[in-house]
Amino acid sequence: MFNIERWKEIFQSIQKNKLRTALSGMTVSLGILIFIILFGLGEGLKNSYSDLFLNNANNVIYIYPGKTTKPYGGFKTNRRIELKNADIDALKQEFSSSIEYVNPSLFVSEPISYGLESFTFEISAVSPSNQLIEKHVLMKGRYINEKDIKEKNKVVTIGRLVARDIFKGDDPIGKFINLGSRSFKIVGVFQDTSGDTEENKLIIPYTTRQQILKGTDVVGTVGITFDQSWSGSQAVKLSDNIKSFLKKRKSVDPTDPSGIRIRNVADEIDRSLQFANALQIIVTFVGIGTLIAGIIGISNIMVFIVKERTKELGIRKALGAEPNEIIKMILTESIFITAISGFLGMVIGIIILNSLDSSALQEYFITRAGVDLNIAFSATIILIIFGVIAGYIPAKRAAQIKPIVALRDE
Amino acid sequence: MLDNSDQGTYDLDKIRIANMDEKKAANYRNKFLGFVFQSFNLINYKNALENVALPLYYQGISRKERQVIALNYLGKVGLKDWSSHLPSELSGGQKQRVAIARALASNPKVLLADEPTGALDSKTSMEVMALIQKINNEGKTILVVTHEQDIAEMCKRIVRLKDGVIVEDKKVKQNIIKNV
Repeated sequence: MFNIERWKEIFQSIQKNKLRTALSGMTVSLGILIFIILFGLGEGLKNSYSDLFLNNANNVIYIYPGKTTKPYGGFKTNRRIELKNADIDALKQEFSSSIEYVNPSLFVSEPISYGLESFTFEISAVSPSNQLIEKHVLMKGRYINEKDIKEKNKVVTIGRLVARDIFKGDDPIGKFINLGSRSFKIVGVFQDTSGDTEENKLIIPYTTRQQILKGTDVVGTVGITFDQSWSGSQAVKLSDNIKSFLKKRKSVDPTDPSGIRIRNVADEIDRSLQFANALQIIVTFVGIGTLIAGIIGISNIMVFIVKERTKELGIRKALGAEPNEIIKMILTESIFITAISGFLGMVIGIIILNSLDSSALQEYFITRAGVDLNIAFSATIILIIFGVIAGYIPAKRAAQIKPIVALRDE
Repeated sequence: MLDNSDQGTYDLDKIRIANMDEKKAANYRNKFLGFVFQSFNLINYKNALENVALPLYYQGISRKERQVIALNYLGKVGLKDWSSHLPSELSGGQKQRVAIARALASNPKVLLADEPTGALDSKTSMEVMALIQKINNEGKTILVVTHEQDIAEMCKRIVRLKDGVIVEDKKVKQNIIKNV
């Protein structure tokens, strides 16, 4: 296949016909370039969408107690439902086979002070499983643990930004900080990749908070985790079961939309992923569309090139060129041009994508715009293959016509 | 061999040419026949030397050897100094001489010239015909198609065609061109 003489012929033809070479090369380059940029931006759109949901654990069901809107079982309407420690224990027992962690939490609103300075941060009174649910990563010390829950210790694990604002570089571990009128010992610092909100939090044991609230056993929102490998429908079923269990236990009308509300993150993610998939389909269509446009472009130019060379091919045939030799010459030339300009377009496209200002793109809801190298390569190769096919058909026809016909072609 | 025939048979070197497959035909065109056309049919992006060397390329001769042979034939038609010029930089007569050199390059048995002087003025026609006579005298069969009586009279034998039918076939006294 490799024939140095033919290559010399081809290089001469390429060199001496610069406009023709530039036109066909640009068609291919542009096709690939546009494909890669559109596809890359589409990927970015998808990325920002999935980023929104994948930073927290997605195997979580949240239970929100609220006010009833229907009278039931002798109770009046507008009754405030409160979940208590006993309810949590019952929940654990009833669903012991399906749930992993239960994380009761209380919302705390207390002034925070250290030394003479006071600060405003969010405080969460939770159980140790909060670390797993919110995906907090420990930087220093430890998270609140089961011993703290049992002994109702006044300890606190603080977010990275809290540590930075209050201690300004000093080691916070072992220091005491005032939450309201009580002093808490700092046992650890955590970080969270999902953003600043979580890192601006202080985490204390929920039992400690209950004791401070004059020994109440009421909890607020409850988070429950289940087996990560469960499907969305299994998760929905579990949350339905938990809902009816709690409604029965707290005497809430089963048809009451309020009273006990459940938020199933897995279900939400399922729906969001459907949207992301729709985005993916659109992106794919745009990609295929640009590829087809590129293929049509290269086909056009190949037909034009062969037409333009009909006379030259006739001369070559009259001088003794075999039809195969003619076809090989045209095809090798077209493969050479499409391959080089295709990869050139691909490289330029990737460079442009990578050099785009990511913060400016963020405003348009595009994160990490980029294209999978495999897809970029496949698209380039598809375009080259179609360039070859598009060149082969007219080349074969040109090789078949009688030299005299080709020579008459002025 | 360049075109299809309407009727009759055609033998070349004891081989029936009709319905020959393209690959064989290409081979015969290359080895047996040299073509000279009215409109020269040079490849416009190749210089004179490369045009002459092209039939040798299809014989599989190496590039260096091709250039030596091609230059030799260009010398024969008196265009050695024009070897690096493109067809667009040559006059009509020069182009036709390059075309003749190209037709000779593969050392064919027969040279077919289709109206070789049709696109040339009478002075350059003389030059080209003088060249054709010279090659003929060196021992090469040349078939010239022409409408012009004076050109025909420069050949050794005239076969007259009318509406595709041979009406006359006679040997004539050649009108030899001197000092062009």
